[in-house]
Amino acid sequence: MKLTVWTYEGPPHVGAMRVATGMTGLHYVLHAPQGDTYADLLFTMIERRNHRPPVTYTTFQARDLGADTANLFKTAAQDAYDRFKPEAIIVGASCTAELIQDDPGGMAETMGLPVPVIPLELPSYQRKENFGADETFFQIVKALAKPMDRTKQITANLIGPTALGFRHRDDIQEVTALLSDMGISVNVVAPMTSSPSDIARMGAAHFNVLMYPETAESAARWMERELGQSYTKIVPIGVGATRDFVNEMAALTGVAPYMDETRLRLPWYSKSVDSTYLTGKRVFVFGDGSHVLAAARVAQDEMGFEVVGMGCYNREMARPVRAKAKEMGLEATITDDYLEVERVIEALQPEMILGTQMERHIGKRLGIPCAVISAPVHVQDFPARYSPQMGIEGANVLFDTWVHPLVMGLEEHLLHMFRDDFEFHDAAGPSHHGGHAPAASVEGGPAPQPAASPRDISSQEKITGSDVIWLDDAEKELKKIPFFVRGKARRNTENYAAERGVAQISIDTLYEAKAHYAR
Amino acid sequence: MTELPRLPAAGGCRETPILKQRGQREVFCGLTGIIWLHRKMQDAFFLVIGSRTCAHLLQSAAGVMIFAEPRFGTAILEETDLAGLADAQDELDKVVDELLARRPDIKQLFLVGSCPSEVIKLDLAKAAERMTQRHAPSVRVLNFSGSGIETTFTQGEDACLASMVPVLPDDDQRQLLLVGALPDVVEEQAIGLLEAMGIGPIKVLPAPRASDDLGVGSGTVYALTQPFLGDTHDALTRRGARHLPAPFPFGEEGTTAWLAAIATEFGVSPELFEKVTAAPRARARKAIGQAAEVLHNKSVFFFPDSQLEIPLARFLTRECGMQAIEVSAPFIHKGIVGPDLDLLAEGPTISEGQDVDKQLDRAKDARPDLTVCGLGLANPLEAEGLATKWAIELVFTPVHFYEQAGDLAGLFSRPLRRHSLLKLEAAE
Repeated sequence: MKLTVWTYEGPPHVGAMRVATGMTGLHYVLHAPQGDTYADLLFTMIERRNHRPPVTYTTFQARDLGADTANLFKTAAQDAYDRFKPEAIIVGASCTAELIQDDPGGMAETMGLPVPVIPLELPSYQRKENFGADETFFQIVKALAKPMDRTKQITANLIGPTALGFRHRDDIQEVTALLSDMGISVNVVAPMTSSPSDIARMGAAHFNVLMYPETAESAARWMERELGQSYTKIVPIGVGATRDFVNEMAALTGVAPYMDETRLRLPWYSKSVDSTYLTGKRVFVFGDGSHVLAAARVAQDEMGFEVVGMGCYNREMARPVRAKAKEMGLEATITDDYLEVERVIEALQPEMILGTQMERHIGKRLGIPCAVISAPVHVQDFPARYSPQMGIEGANVLFDTWVHPLVMGLEEHLLHMFRDDFEFHDAAGPSHHGGHAPAASVEGGPAPQPAASPRDISSQEKITGSDVIWLDDAEKELKKIPFFVRGKARRNTENYAAERGVAQISIDTLYEAKAHYAR
Repeated sequence: MTELPRLPAAGGCRETPILKQRGQREVFCGLTGIIWLHRKMQDAFFLVIGSRTCAHLLQSAAGVMIFAEPRFGTAILEETDLAGLADAQDELDKVVDELLARRPDIKQLFLVGSCPSEVIKLDLAKAAERMTQRHAPSVRVLNFSGSGIETTFTQGEDACLASMVPVLPDDDQRQLLLVGALPDVVEEQAIGLLEAMGIGPIKVLPAPRASDDLGVGSGTVYALTQPFLGDTHDALTRRGARHLPAPFPFGEEGTTAWLAAIATEFGVSPELFEKVTAAPRARARKAIGQAAEVLHNKSVFFFPDSQLEIPLARFLTRECGMQAIEVSAPFIHKGIVGPDLDLLAEGPTISEGQDVDKQLDRAKDARPDLTVCGLGLANPLEAEGLATKWAIELVFTPVHFYEQAGDLAGLFSRPLRRHSLLKLEAAE
């Protein structure tokens, strides 16, 4: 039994729904109790889809448990087929139905439905949403895709995009453009945008572009083995990764590498003098493994930030994330416990978080700006505008969205110079945010009150930076430092004092530390 | 006494045959109630014993409230709990000990059952009893089920309140008990009106804090403020309290009828009743009149969701001039919504439960001007050109009593006003 407040991933059947909802002509018959239909709103409200997910729930109740839930399932499956006439059906159980062991897969197979019926085994008490999506897509591909002649032209399948995915809609367009510039066409995009008959012709592509390892790696491996299609290992997020991706495709296909850079603005924006203030900004990176690996590279190499911590919530990606962290001289945080992530962020005191909607929550409480780089995301992360993460426009989008939460160049200096101005003070936050500035953690300021924080219910001890004591004068001096660097100053000073065995921090200690860490 | 609502000439809907279909039900489970209950009861913590799905539901249904400090959490059952490798009761003790050690502000802890905990027959009543003894007197531990196999949406609040009734101390004094979790501002308005009529003492269930001095007994009469409190109603009756049936306090007419039922019980003179209610009644009528202009002669179709459908249909048809096509509720308890059914003019289909696909067919055939439905259906219906009002807002927004009557009408008129405001086509 594990105490959880917020979760990064839903249950595995929600992953299966993300696959089904992204597709057309596929229907999901889900053995599930009344109430599990809440999952529809993820798609209709958060993603603003204009259709109901193609899911029929059996919605059994307590009174059915003593009677015949199996028959209820069969009726639901038959009704769903009659009403929706899908090209293929996937069947499975949610967590509660798993316990009553009705075997929906077995029952559906005996019904003689005139379309392929694909049973799903998604262990709800062990695995989570990403596994559910990956396994579902794998089972669909395994059931429907067959070896066949390759297309005459060089083509690729784009695999991994699902409903409710973070910017999947726009990434498809951007990656299609990268391929097109090299004269490579797209055969099938799946699961999102495809139908079961499209899946059946995936074997015609020359190779697969694995856009999201979280949701399509099992299918990619299977197609490599059974259909002889290699797949790309590089996720083209950021300028460097996009260049590497282009080279990887060139190596796979024998086509000369080519990238049209006329729209690429990140490199110049990052070099322009106004960006100097980004130098060495301390950032913490957290999300799903693929996005974290990409974001860490962009943060360090393309923005000039200092990555002070990183991690992912999906254990499946623990190994590469640990390796990348080690390469950067860090210890990775691999956990799906949001309270633990909060503790790490609190201890590290970064100047910015690149995270998920959970870290946005944490950042708001701690007064640290946050940009979202990964699922889970909320309704505001499905923007109306074109806003990919991948490819050339994706790099431009990263620059804009990561800089936006920060106080900008000269404004930062002005805050340093006139820190006691009654209007233009640090707690007011960046001027381009209006009333929605990140709250500063100063007395009397709009900071959230930590008293009733859920972190109090966590099992681990709070990490304290140090046991050194701040003298009143030094504490006052520290408060004169703008909030966006105050955390760093506090931490540096405490480390400086601790390393030298200084038990009390005076104004002198503060400035000695400042001189020591000056860059 | 002030004139009471007149019954429809052609008869009400109390005896109308109820359409009952069996199929997929597009409803939340009772766990959803925790989202507002944990804000109402400030020293309570709600610990769901369930699966990842339960935790995911709570944070998804709470969507916009993701930034709130939760006083709820989920003890997620794991493989070892199910396989019997770990004694689930011991595991639960550990989780609760940890929780209470970290949150000394908690005075009431609710162990909330879910579909999986019910199916594996985890005895939460036994657990609650054991923990109450262990943590007495500082914490009271209660249990109820919010599982989807037993409850829909607002029934979770009913199950929670019903679990509190048996442990209330005996108190035989003459008192009025208002039952239902209302926003504070609304609750204060109701108490203000009743006190102005000289009625008292007035108590509220749920009380904001466990220590609040609330007892129940044969001198208690109670009025429900929400139409989904059937089990709580039964539990109070078993404690010797007496129900004051009335239409629910939505709109000017509903509020007046609801207050009148209480005033009659407490022997308030018609003059005093008139004096206290005249001004707010006039304000409510005026506000409804303004907000409801666009609702006149428009049709409305209710999908089953919050259980408020019957009283709201009564309000919309009688005070806002709408025509109801279908009014459905997850379940219909005539002992509670009977007075509202009496006032709802015959005509609409009254349905209980749901086969969502068939009901969607009916709605699409009828093409109502406004469809009241859950979050899963709203955007797909909008995409077909049907204006919708999502029902969850009705339980998250102050809508009861006189001062909110205009806001209530506004919730329904806004989607229609928006439809007529948006001009997204070319000018020519």
